[in-house]
Amino acid sequence: MPEETKPPLPPSPEGEAKPTAEKPAVPGGVKSTTSGSVQTDPNASTTKAEPAQPAAAKPAAPAAAAPPKPAAAGATPPAAPGAPAKPAAPPKAPVPTPVPWDSPMIAKLRGAYGSGIEPLSYLGQNYMIVDQSLIPEILQVLRNEERFDYCVDITAVHYPQREKQFEVVWVLYSFPRNERIRVKTLIKDGEAVPSSVPIWAGADWLEREVFDMFGIRFGGHPDLKRILLPEGWKGHPLRKDYGILQQDNEWVQINLGIESGQ
Amino acid sequence: MADQNTLSPLDLETHDKTFLDANELVINMGPQHPATHGVLRVILRLDGEKVLGLECVIGYLHRGVEKIGEHRTYTMFNPYVDRMDYVAAVSNGLGYCEAVEKLLNVEAPPRAQHVRVILTELNRIASHQLWLGTHALDIGAITPLFYTFRDREEILKIYEKYCGARLTTHAFRIGGLQYETYAGFEKEVKNFLNFLKPKIDEYEELLTTNRIWVERTKGIGKISAEDCIALGVTGPVLRASGVKWDLRKAQPYANYKNFDFEIPTGQHGDTYDRYLVRMVEMRQSVRIIEQAVDALPEGPIMAKVPKVMKPPVGEVYHSIEAPKGELGYFIVSDGSTQPYRMRVRPPSFVNLQALDLMCRGQLVADVIAVIGTLDIVLGEVDR
Repeated sequence: MPEETKPPLPPSPEGEAKPTAEKPAVPGGVKSTTSGSVQTDPNASTTKAEPAQPAAAKPAAPAAAAPPKPAAAGATPPAAPGAPAKPAAPPKAPVPTPVPWDSPMIAKLRGAYGSGIEPLSYLGQNYMIVDQSLIPEILQVLRNEERFDYCVDITAVHYPQREKQFEVVWVLYSFPRNERIRVKTLIKDGEAVPSSVPIWAGADWLEREVFDMFGIRFGGHPDLKRILLPEGWKGHPLRKDYGILQQDNEWVQINLGIESGQ
Repeated sequence: MADQNTLSPLDLETHDKTFLDANELVINMGPQHPATHGVLRVILRLDGEKVLGLECVIGYLHRGVEKIGEHRTYTMFNPYVDRMDYVAAVSNGLGYCEAVEKLLNVEAPPRAQHVRVILTELNRIASHQLWLGTHALDIGAITPLFYTFRDREEILKIYEKYCGARLTTHAFRIGGLQYETYAGFEKEVKNFLNFLKPKIDEYEELLTTNRIWVERTKGIGKISAEDCIALGVTGPVLRASGVKWDLRKAQPYANYKNFDFEIPTGQHGDTYDRYLVRMVEMRQSVRIIEQAVDALPEGPIMAKVPKVMKPPVGEVYHSIEAPKGELGYFIVSDGSTQPYRMRVRPPSFVNLQALDLMCRGQLVADVIAVIGTLDIVLGEVDR
């Protein structure tokens, strides 16, 4: 019977996008119901979707989930522990959303490039989503005319489910203006982005790292090769389809003489 | 297996003359060389003793910290950041906690902010002490190492008493602090500062006018302010080139705007100026800590943060002035308990890029001095 209680629970976090995140929460969730597991079992097996929701809500309100424990031992209906936890979730602070970002600089860029840029602001931080075709030009304008002379960081984010899988992000700072912005562009897998090494010399290693970790190519980069991983490594670890335990076994076998690094 | 990390070998057909003249030599330094401060491999192209150019090969200490971050909850990832720049673990923690707090839209209470500033500035002193000791050792002065390690020990003792750990302290939590300060914390910190002030004079007595030290550092590894900015170099290296820029002043975080301190700058951008800048920074840190201890407010040390953190969908970039330069965290949240993307912008990684430029035209022995003066930590370069 106790084995029966477990299967319905793990599926619940899976619906929550990330299984490992909920892992620590799940044992706690199991414990609080095991005392009453004998009674809850029939319910759990009949309505598989139903118990999943309280289990997911519990970690959000552990204080609310704890008190029903002794009550469950006293043969309370299983719906009771779930019910108080549910209303605890809705009263939340309004979720902040990106708002349009407006400034003289943006007005100028808008005038020149029109709808090619989408300026937004989130949590007081300004960024713009720029059309891929405008990328070298806008960065050059930001560097030369708007005096964003310091390229803080270049990185990428992988969204495998989108058509344009990669978001390339430049974090820029201007010493004269004391202002920090981000420039983003969306590209498809396999597409190249023009290198910004001619604009900021410091982009060299940053772009190499993005190439190493995501496999995004930067056209015109003077020496685009892996930087942190060894040459000949297969795959790009920061892509979402590259599992955390996955590794290049072939490389390990040849170079370290062991079957697997795991 | 073809190793593309090496410079292209000399082609005897076309480079016959060069080969016969033997005026270009490629040598390999590291990765396990005591003066590279970790596992850094440098491929030097030499003309006699003169450096024509060099290439850094890094990644020996790569642990995939960013990937780990995407597979841990926000709370679980907190101790990992200590392992990047392990001589300034507290600074890493401050940057990370503040970035997540920004994402969650919470703010640490004033008392927590004060304690954070005290511990972070103590860490800056400890980091600079370690840098000074090892840098001087590389150049040939062995005594400062004993002096600085003796005094750094006192800082580590304060950490140990505060949280039980000496190096990878995990001192801060998202939303504030885990522990209240121990009884007598303020007094102990003040005693330490009074102990340290004459010690900094002592370091300076050993080195500042020492002829060997001056000759080994003055005019060595020069870099201009323009080159620093173009390469993204930050921290004491940038300031020694004459740019008065410190994130604690430019874009104040924590509660640094409440404290009075100066930003030291150099003029020549050489190794000697970087040494002087860091010495002044230690004194300025002492000043900040004194003010913070005097004004330490009472009150809670933890803001209201949910036990299970699920920041709203969005992204944030937050950076702090770590002892080595700008340390930034770019975190993308998809609304779940784990960050969707955890990017760390490490100062050492970006600063190391300048090594090639700074070493060109210098002697081999100066490469050692320049690696030391950049103050890199390979744990942070490779992550």
